[in-house]
Amino acid sequence: MSTGEPLLTIDGLSVSLPGPAGPVPVIKQLDLRVDAGEIVGIAGESGSGKSLTALTLLNLLPPGAVVGGSIRFDGQDLLSLDRRGWQGVRGSGISMVFQDSTAALHPMLTIGRQLTEHIRAGLGLGRAAARTRATELLDQMRIPHPDRALRAYPHQFSGGMRQRVAIAIALACRPRLLIADEPTTALDVTVQAGILALLEEQRRESGLAVLFITHDLGVLSALTRRAYIFYAGRVMESGGTADLLTAPAHPYTAALLGARPHGLSAQRTLRAIPGAPVLPDQLLPGCPFEPRCTFAEDSCRSGPPPQVPTTSGRTLACVVAPDLTGEPVVNR
Amino acid sequence: MSETATPAASLPDDPGTLIDPDGDRPAARSGRSRSLLRFIVKKLLTTIGLLFGVTVLTFLLVQAVPGDPSTTNLTEAAQQDPEIVAAYKAKWGLDKPLPVQYLTYLNNLLHGDLGTSQSTGNSILSDLAKYVPATIELAIPAMVLSLLISIGLGMWAAVRKDRAADHTIRAGALIGLSTPSFWLAIVALYIFFYVLGIAPNGGRLSTKFRPPQDITGMYTVDALLTGRPLVFWDALWHLALPVLVLTSLTVSILIRFVRSAMLEVLDQDYVKAAYAKGLPRFTVLRRHVLRAGLVQVVTVGGLAFASLLSGTVLIEQIYSWPGIGQYAYLAALNLDLPAIMGVGLFVALVYILVNLLIDVLYGIIDPRIRVS
Amino acid sequence: MNELASQRPTKPVAGEVILPARRWFGIRPGRPRPERPARPPARALTAVAIVILVGWLIVAIAAPLIAPYDPLAQSGPYYSAPSAAHWFGTDQLGRDILSRIVYGSRLSLPLAVAIVALALAIGGTLGLLAGYIGRWVDESLMRLTDLVFAFPPIILAMVVSAAFGPSARNAVLALVLVSWPTYARVVRSAVLSIRGSDFLHASRLLGVGPWQALRRDVLPNSVGPSVVLASLELGNAVLMLASLSFLGLGPRPPAPEWGAMIAAGATDLSKWWVSIIPGIAILTAVLAFNLLGDAVRDWLDPRSRRRG
Repeated sequence: MSTGEPLLTIDGLSVSLPGPAGPVPVIKQLDLRVDAGEIVGIAGESGSGKSLTALTLLNLLPPGAVVGGSIRFDGQDLLSLDRRGWQGVRGSGISMVFQDSTAALHPMLTIGRQLTEHIRAGLGLGRAAARTRATELLDQMRIPHPDRALRAYPHQFSGGMRQRVAIAIALACRPRLLIADEPTTALDVTVQAGILALLEEQRRESGLAVLFITHDLGVLSALTRRAYIFYAGRVMESGGTADLLTAPAHPYTAALLGARPHGLSAQRTLRAIPGAPVLPDQLLPGCPFEPRCTFAEDSCRSGPPPQVPTTSGRTLACVVAPDLTGEPVVNR
Repeated sequence: MSETATPAASLPDDPGTLIDPDGDRPAARSGRSRSLLRFIVKKLLTTIGLLFGVTVLTFLLVQAVPGDPSTTNLTEAAQQDPEIVAAYKAKWGLDKPLPVQYLTYLNNLLHGDLGTSQSTGNSILSDLAKYVPATIELAIPAMVLSLLISIGLGMWAAVRKDRAADHTIRAGALIGLSTPSFWLAIVALYIFFYVLGIAPNGGRLSTKFRPPQDITGMYTVDALLTGRPLVFWDALWHLALPVLVLTSLTVSILIRFVRSAMLEVLDQDYVKAAYAKGLPRFTVLRRHVLRAGLVQVVTVGGLAFASLLSGTVLIEQIYSWPGIGQYAYLAALNLDLPAIMGVGLFVALVYILVNLLIDVLYGIIDPRIRVS
Repeated sequence: MNELASQRPTKPVAGEVILPARRWFGIRPGRPRPERPARPPARALTAVAIVILVGWLIVAIAAPLIAPYDPLAQSGPYYSAPSAAHWFGTDQLGRDILSRIVYGSRLSLPLAVAIVALALAIGGTLGLLAGYIGRWVDESLMRLTDLVFAFPPIILAMVVSAAFGPSARNAVLALVLVSWPTYARVVRSAVLSIRGSDFLHASRLLGVGPWQALRRDVLPNSVGPSVVLASLELGNAVLMLASLSFLGLGPRPPAPEWGAMIAAGATDLSKWWVSIIPGIAILTAVLAFNLLGDAVRDWLDPRSRRRG
C-alpha cells in the first residue's frame, strides 16, 4: 500500500517533561512509522508514553517540554514548524480523538458549533456549506437526526454517541492521519465494536491512516495489522500484530499476554510481572524492564538494549530474547 | 448566535429523538427549560427559608442585648414620656411572650417598618432609601471593573503559569489581599488629593454645584437625566478614587479564584481538542477557555459582592461618602441598635438576592444544570 | 449491614492501590513506590514570612524593652512629625507612635490567634459532630452555617459587636461568630470523606467502636484541612480585627490597637504618619501570615501543590 515515503516517520524521538528536580525523560529514542491508509497500534501500560507520543505529534505537550529527534509527516518536518505551521497541520493533516468524550467536548457549546468552527477555516467553506458538511459527517457517523443533533449539547448524548461526534469533529477537515487515544476504553463492548467498525470504514473508503493507542490487546488484534509495544517510554517490540500476540519474542510482550516467550520450554512459565513499572525519573542505565524481567542477565544492566530487526519482520529491543527464543536476528 | 439561544428547548421531549443505535442510554433526556425551572424554584424556596432565618437571627440578637429594648431603642427625650414608652411597648408587643414578640417584629418588617433610628430620629426605611443610592453608585462600577480586571489578569496569569507575568500578578494579589481597605483608602487620598491634588477630598460633588434633582438618587445618572453634563463630570470625578480603591481590593480577592478556575479549564481535554482541531490560540482562549472559566467565575460573583459591601462600610467614612456604609458606621459609633440591625437586615437581604441571581445565572449559562 | 453489601468485590487492602491499567494487564504491583518528596515550597518567601513573624513575636514579647516611651502617656508635642526623638512621630495626644505600634502587637497578634483558635475549636467540634452523627444534627448545623454565610462577615461582626458594646472581648466573640462556620464545613466534609471510605468500614468490622473510630481515624484525618484553613485565616483575623477597631468597635481607647490608630489619623491628612505607619505594621503582619498560610497549604494539601 505504501508508495515511497511513509505518511509519518518518527525517528529517534525523545521527550522530557519538566519535573521538580529538572527535566524528566519520558520518551526515549522512539522510532515509529505509519503508512498512508494504515491502522497502526500502540499498546502499553499507563505511563508508558503512549499518550505523550500522541500529544507530541500535535505539539500539545505541556509548557516546558523538550523534544528531540525528528518527526516527518507528509513531507514536512513537524518539529521545525512555528505556531502558524502547526495550525495548518492540526485538524487538516493530523487530528485526534481522545479517550473520554465527555471531557473532550466542550460542555457549553453546541455540537454544531464545535463541528463547524474549524471546518470554515480548515476547508475554506462558508457558513451554510460548513453546516452541510457537518450534517454529512454526522450522518456518516450514523448519528440519527443530524439536524437536531447539531443544535444539541454534548451532555444530551450517550457516551457512544459522543465519541461518534468527537470522531466526526476530528475527521471534519479531512485529515490524513487520525490519532485515536484509547477512544473506546470508556465504552461498553458492544458500543466499542461500532466505533471500531467506523474507523475501519473510514480507512477503507477515504484512505485514512489511524494511529490507534490502546491498552486492550483484544482491540489491538481486531483493528491493527502492525503494532508497537511501549514500556517506560521505549518501544520494546514492534511488528505484525498477529505475530506479536501469538508469538511474543520480548519478555515484556509475553508478560503482557500472561504467556511465555515463544520457543521457550514450558517449565519456565510466567504469569504476572513482579514489581512495578519504573518511574521515568528513576531510570536505570540498562533495559527499563530488567528489574522485573525473569530472564534478566548481567548484560541487560550495562546499557539500553538496541533495536534490532529480526527475520520475521519485527524490531526487538532485548539482549537475551534472540538467544532465548531463537528468534533469528537479521545480520547487522 | 441563533444556535446558542435555548437550543435544547427546540428538541422535543420525545425519547426517540436521540435514540442510540449502540444501545446505551442518553445521559439527559428531559427538556432543559423544565429542569431549569425546577432549579430556579428550588433556589427560590431555599432563599425564602434563609431570609426567614435571618430575621430570627436579628431578632434574637436584639433580645440578647443586655438592657431594656425600650430604653435602647427610644431617644432620650422619648424615654421621659411614659405614654411614648407604653405605645412603643404595645407596638413591638414587648409585654407578650417571645414568640409573639417575634411575630410582631416580623409583621412590622413585612410592612416595611424597620424601627426608628435613635441618632437621626427618622424611620430606618427612609434613612436607607436616602443612603442606599450613593452606595449603589459606588458598588456597581466597582463590581463591573473588578470582574473585568480580575478575569483579564486571572486568565493572563493562568495562561502564563509560572512565568514572570504569573508571578507578578499573584504577588500583587497577595499584597492586595493583605492590605487593610481603610488604610489603602487613606493612602490613596493622601497621594491623589493631598500630595498631587488631582482628586477631590471626598464627598459626592463639589460645593459649587447643586446636587441634581433626585430621580434615582445616583448623582451621575440624575445629572445625565436632567441634562447637566458639568455636574455629571464632577460626580464622576468624585467617584473615581473610592471606586478604584474598592476595585483594587476586590480584584485581589478574585484573581486567585479566576486563575485557578482558568487553570482547571486549560487542563481540560476539550481545550486540547480545540487546539487539535487547528483553531488559532486566540480563538481557543476566547471561545473555549473563557466561556468555561466564566461559569466558575460567576459563582465567585457573590464573593465579589460581599467584599464590595464590606469595603464600602470601611471606605465611605474616609471619602465622606454618604452611603449605607457611612450610615452603618455612624450607627455603630452611636450604638444606634435599631439602625445597625436595619442595615444588617437590608444588607443580608441584598446579599441573599444577589446570590440567588448568581445561582440562576449559573443555571442558565451552563447547559448541564445540576439540581443537587 | 448495607455498607457491607454495597462494597465492590475487589477491594484493595489498605495501602495497596491497584492502578486500573495494571489490573487490565493482570500485572500485580510489587512494593508500593516511595512517595515522591514534596516540592520545596517557595522557600525564600516562606523564610521571609517566618522572619517577619518571629520579628513581630519578639517585638510583642519584649515590648517594654523595645518601646522608647509609654504607649498610653503623652511623651512629646501633639502631632510631631517623625524625628530622631520620635521615629514614627506622635499622635493627636502627643503619644509616641512607635511605642504604640510596638505595644499594639501585644493586642493584634494574640487576639488574632485567639479568634482563629476559638473558631477552630467551636467550628471544628460542630463540624466533627455533624459529619460523624449525620442526620438532623448535620442538617440543622448546615442550615445554621448558611444563615451566617448570608451576611457579609464584616457587617455581621459589626452588628454583633455594636449590639454587645465595643470591647476587645466582644470584637473577638463577634469575629468568632462570623468565622466558625467555615471551619465547621471544612471539618465536616473531611469527616464525610473518611466516613464513606472503606477503611472506616473495615475498622468497624474489626470491632472498633464509634468513639474510638472518631478519635483514632476521623480526628487525625480532619486535622490537615483544618490546619490549612486556620493558617490561611490568621491574616484575615488580623485584618478583620483592625477593621472593627477602625470602626470604633474594638478594644476601648486608649488601647494602642492598630486599626484604631489608623482611624485617629484619618481626619487630618497633613499628619500622614499617624495613620499610614500603623497600616504598614498591619500590612507586614498580614502578608507574613498569608505567605505562611500558603506555604502550609502547599505542604499539607497535595492537590494545591500540583495545581501550583
